[in-house]
Amino acid sequence: MRPFAYVRAADVDEAVRAVAGEPGAKFLGGGTNLVDLMREGIERPATVVDVTALPLAAVDDLPDGGLRIGALVRNSALAADPRVHARYPMVSQALLAGASPQLRNMATVGGNLLQRTRCPYFYDAAAACNKREPGAGCDALGGFTRGHAILGVSESCIAAHPSDLCVALAALDAVVEVRGVGGTRRIPMAEFHRLPGDTPHVETALAPDELVTAVELPAVPVAARSRYRKVRDRASYAFALVSVAAALEVRDGVVADVRLALGGVGAKPWRARAAEELLAGGPADEDAFARAAEAELEPATVRPGNAFKTRLARATIVATLRELSG
Amino acid sequence: MSTEVAEAGRAEAVRQVGRPADRFDAPEKVTGRAKYAAEFPYPDLAYAALVHSTVARGRITALDAGAARAVRGVIEVLTHENAPKMRPLSRLNLGSFVKGTNVDYLGTDQVHWNGQPIAVVVAETPEAARHAASLVRVTYEELPAKLDFAAEEPHAVPQKGNAIMRSAADKGDAHAALAAAPVKVDLRFTTPPQNHNAIEPHATTAFWQGDRLTVHDTTQSIAFLRKHLAMRFGVPERNVRVLAPFVGGGFGGKGMVWAGTLLAVLAARATGRPVRLALTRESVYHTVGGRTPTVQRVALGADRDGRLTALIHTSVARSGGMPGQVTAASRHLYAAETVHLRQSLVDLDLLPPTAMRAPGEAIGTFALEAAVDELAWELGVDPIELRMRNEPERDPLTGRAFSHRMLREAYALGAERFGWRERDPRPGAMRDGRWLVGMGVATAYHPSLIMPAAATVRLGADGTVLVRCGLHEIGVGAATAQAQIAADALGVPLESVRVEVGDSDLPAGPMAGGSAQTASAAAGVLAACDKLKRQVLALAGPPLRGRKPEEVQARDGGLHVGGSGMTYAEILAGAGRDHVEAAVKAGWARFLARTARDGRRWVRAASGAQFCEVRVDADTGEVRVSRWLGVFDVGRVVNAKTAASQLRGGIVMGIGLALSEQTLVDPRTGRVVNPSLAEYHVPVHADIPRIDVHYLDDPDPTTPLGLLGVGEVGITGVAAAVANAVRHATGRRVLDLPITLDKLL
Amino acid sequence: MGVTQIRMKVNGVTESLDVEPWASLLDTLRERLGLTGTKKGCDQGACGACTVLADGVRINACLALAVQYDGSEITTVEGVDHPLQQAFVRHDGFQCGYCTPGQICSAIGMLAEHAAGMPSAVGASGLTEDEIRERMSGNLCRCGAYNGILDAIKEVL
Repeated sequence: MRPFAYVRAADVDEAVRAVAGEPGAKFLGGGTNLVDLMREGIERPATVVDVTALPLAAVDDLPDGGLRIGALVRNSALAADPRVHARYPMVSQALLAGASPQLRNMATVGGNLLQRTRCPYFYDAAAACNKREPGAGCDALGGFTRGHAILGVSESCIAAHPSDLCVALAALDAVVEVRGVGGTRRIPMAEFHRLPGDTPHVETALAPDELVTAVELPAVPVAARSRYRKVRDRASYAFALVSVAAALEVRDGVVADVRLALGGVGAKPWRARAAEELLAGGPADEDAFARAAEAELEPATVRPGNAFKTRLARATIVATLRELSG
Repeated sequence: MSTEVAEAGRAEAVRQVGRPADRFDAPEKVTGRAKYAAEFPYPDLAYAALVHSTVARGRITALDAGAARAVRGVIEVLTHENAPKMRPLSRLNLGSFVKGTNVDYLGTDQVHWNGQPIAVVVAETPEAARHAASLVRVTYEELPAKLDFAAEEPHAVPQKGNAIMRSAADKGDAHAALAAAPVKVDLRFTTPPQNHNAIEPHATTAFWQGDRLTVHDTTQSIAFLRKHLAMRFGVPERNVRVLAPFVGGGFGGKGMVWAGTLLAVLAARATGRPVRLALTRESVYHTVGGRTPTVQRVALGADRDGRLTALIHTSVARSGGMPGQVTAASRHLYAAETVHLRQSLVDLDLLPPTAMRAPGEAIGTFALEAAVDELAWELGVDPIELRMRNEPERDPLTGRAFSHRMLREAYALGAERFGWRERDPRPGAMRDGRWLVGMGVATAYHPSLIMPAAATVRLGADGTVLVRCGLHEIGVGAATAQAQIAADALGVPLESVRVEVGDSDLPAGPMAGGSAQTASAAAGVLAACDKLKRQVLALAGPPLRGRKPEEVQARDGGLHVGGSGMTYAEILAGAGRDHVEAAVKAGWARFLARTARDGRRWVRAASGAQFCEVRVDADTGEVRVSRWLGVFDVGRVVNAKTAASQLRGGIVMGIGLALSEQTLVDPRTGRVVNPSLAEYHVPVHADIPRIDVHYLDDPDPTTPLGLLGVGEVGITGVAAAVANAVRHATGRRVLDLPITLDKLL
Repeated sequence: MGVTQIRMKVNGVTESLDVEPWASLLDTLRERLGLTGTKKGCDQGACGACTVLADGVRINACLALAVQYDGSEITTVEGVDHPLQQAFVRHDGFQCGYCTPGQICSAIGMLAEHAAGMPSAVGASGLTEDEIRERMSGNLCRCGAYNGILDAIKEVL
């Protein structure tokens, strides 16, 4: 990897200042994605600001029954937190479906939000990639697209967002707290990740100096009955082809509350609002689930290599909702 | 109890062959002391990294290494402009047999595939070498290239055969018979390229002292590699020492000599430093060939009773490397009235393929055994019953005898142990909640081969035995197996035997390939033990003096005739010797003559019956293998523990072949798109159920000790058994590997 | 962009090292400390061969920068003395041996995680075979010794 200066920040303000004053500087958390990308020459920061010593590793109760999760909470620790288990099983399940136990012990919640795509053309410096090099073109178009997105894509980029956790966070309307030199702000999950459009290299709403400090989960009563279902090419330790984060409450055969988000199919963690709207107040049966799935997937842009994802996503949505309604 | 029976009982009790002995090298492996090729320290060691081409075919017009040279710690950047030249391959040299490609690395500006190494950076640290390698800028004059296997497949040309590997066969008019058959299937299968993905990436540590070369390499071919390096670097063979005490998996990927090994040696020579080149995983994909893709047609015609009247199996694979025997199993498995077999090859501008675990058979048995299963569906006959109706008494094409054939026994035992009778034959009829359950079978088949092997056996005055043979400890328990064999041959306890392997200074062993290492070495070790016994007997005083070798038994740490005998220690002490040593040499002429002769007399192979249960998610099409049982006829088993592990390992790799593994080669660029263990999906723990392995343990009468080889037969038939179980679970016949869920949606 | 001094306790021995910040913990163990028992299979967190215990927690040393583990206690296979090792031998939980150190360190970390109440995607109570398989899925074994590894782990439960 390209040589870099290493700074270990002692507090949040120091970390933010260190990055703000240094073009090309990057925050380093657990390293599971950034170190890999640096070794591949995809990320080439001149300065790396290690934030792992910052006091951001606590999970605290919020007055409304939600949780405030420090950005440096490790994925494994969050998955094991009994409050997460009880209030947001989909979060725990999403984390446990991701990567491997070793990686979950290293990876942080903040880093998970900033995970970069697994598009193989993004990873191969010899391939054209608009995300890596704006204006270079996209070799994924016309290439192997099994892992690529079908929702929210553009002619510039069809890369899928790889995170499992973010799918659950999207379903739960999480809020991301960030700190920059200008202070603290709160970004709703729906606005945190950007669709590629014609600027696929801009992936989040973060300014270059902004550090994710926490993720807040509001109280979402329906999430107590939730599920994260991940479908992939082997039984474990693989990225999602399709994943579904769903929460469902049925009263007297009618959908009283529902949350639905998709992974593996979206250019960003995909909140399925069209499906939710169709489901809310309607019957909780197989037909309704299928209609909702189809409505969500209707705008899908598919290619020969990922056309199956509409069928797979539909099947997985229906199966997950069926399971929750049963 | 008569004396004879007591004697026999005692001999049986101390017998080592067949026992599940722990591996000799196990303590080193579980403590981290086992050292692999990239782990030998040298003072002043330098580290190398490769620069790969990014075009498939063309010429390098400019190569700018300025930025790379400027990186702190960089010692040298070797390119075609400044690298010392290697000598060409020679047809007359046996070392040429293990060439991975024909490319003269750094000796030419020509580019032959996307990923070809075109420069080597040598630096003081691995990080500096790798970073500098990423800074080398290259411009090319590109030439048109053939990169798309599917597009070129119609232009395949017939594969040349030879005495050992035949590529075509005809018996009667199979096309006419197929046309006339009342029941038939005619199917087109495809299998994708794959990579070995041994967890140890290829690595070499090379050290020159004058014109003497020491190489620590991760190789399956110590003796051939030594010849190859001597040839390419223009030094006498005796000046080259290849050391490979441990090899971190190979599966065929370390059989040939690939760029990394040559360029490490070249870099060491050019810089005058010991050089280590440990390939990145991506570099392995770019420089080490994998399994060829294939397109196969299997057409079967049968009468209404299910007797085969026509068997057609044709294959198209990629040229280069060692062409596999894709249709080999179709020569021997079924008593079809007519047979038509053809193998063809396509030339592409890609890194040539190479042998990967059961190179032709793993994928050839997929097509054949899936087609047989489909015929069983057409006929409404149980697939085991269909196979038994077509089980030949003699080799179907040649009429020769089988040296060993126990498929009936394998299926009978397997069906009973697996609970085949509980299978509801209707597709989709066995359901467990969200899971559709299916059961499938397929036949495993892999030819047996014995290669030349030299060995020495030395008996010490204290009764200890040292066996020396340049074998490869690639995970098969090579030393342990030969120790068991020598212990029995000399009648000494296993603890008294030590085996040295993994060094070209040892007598030359066979390649670790073709499932032949153990049997080949056994032939050498047994011959050496026999010779040793004669030498010891000649030294012995009464009561052994004057006895003929045939009268003497080796047991209890000595030689015995009836109830009386002497320990080895006594014999050597009496003769005033501190050791006796016997050596046997590897004879290539004898090997070729014996192989040809045996081939005229018998058809010899390991075989088996694979039983598989799958669960297919009714919504998503996810396939999980939930049970596995294999019954194998591998002749005699030397070590019940390690043999079972090898057979299981083959099945695990076969499950990957069936469900998840494929190397994606972009047909626009010839570039491997998923050169990583994250995106190339080998099976993980969660993919693998209990694998129940049985062997019939009946020695083959035509090989030393009756061994037939266990390394590859395990993977054969696996993909078909999975596909057949999926067919049973879902009613869907998947013809294209891997069976990913999108094919079942 | 010079070197940084770090101190780590590796297998009980305090090591003081000047490291370049881009040196991984894996390369530092292997190339600087000669602890080659920890293996490099992919260098990208995709195989688990480099698994070590950092303050008792299993991690992939290839994606860990050594500087980030300043002050940590690292245990590699060379520092392991655990009944699992003999169980691996008995049940033939390996063939080529290259993934073995990672499997052993991973299994030790896994047992500690389970004892501390860490859940897995399987969600069973107790370390069933499926639980062990899922919890060990971060360690690839290309020789396919998964059955033996499972039996070895079960033996020490």
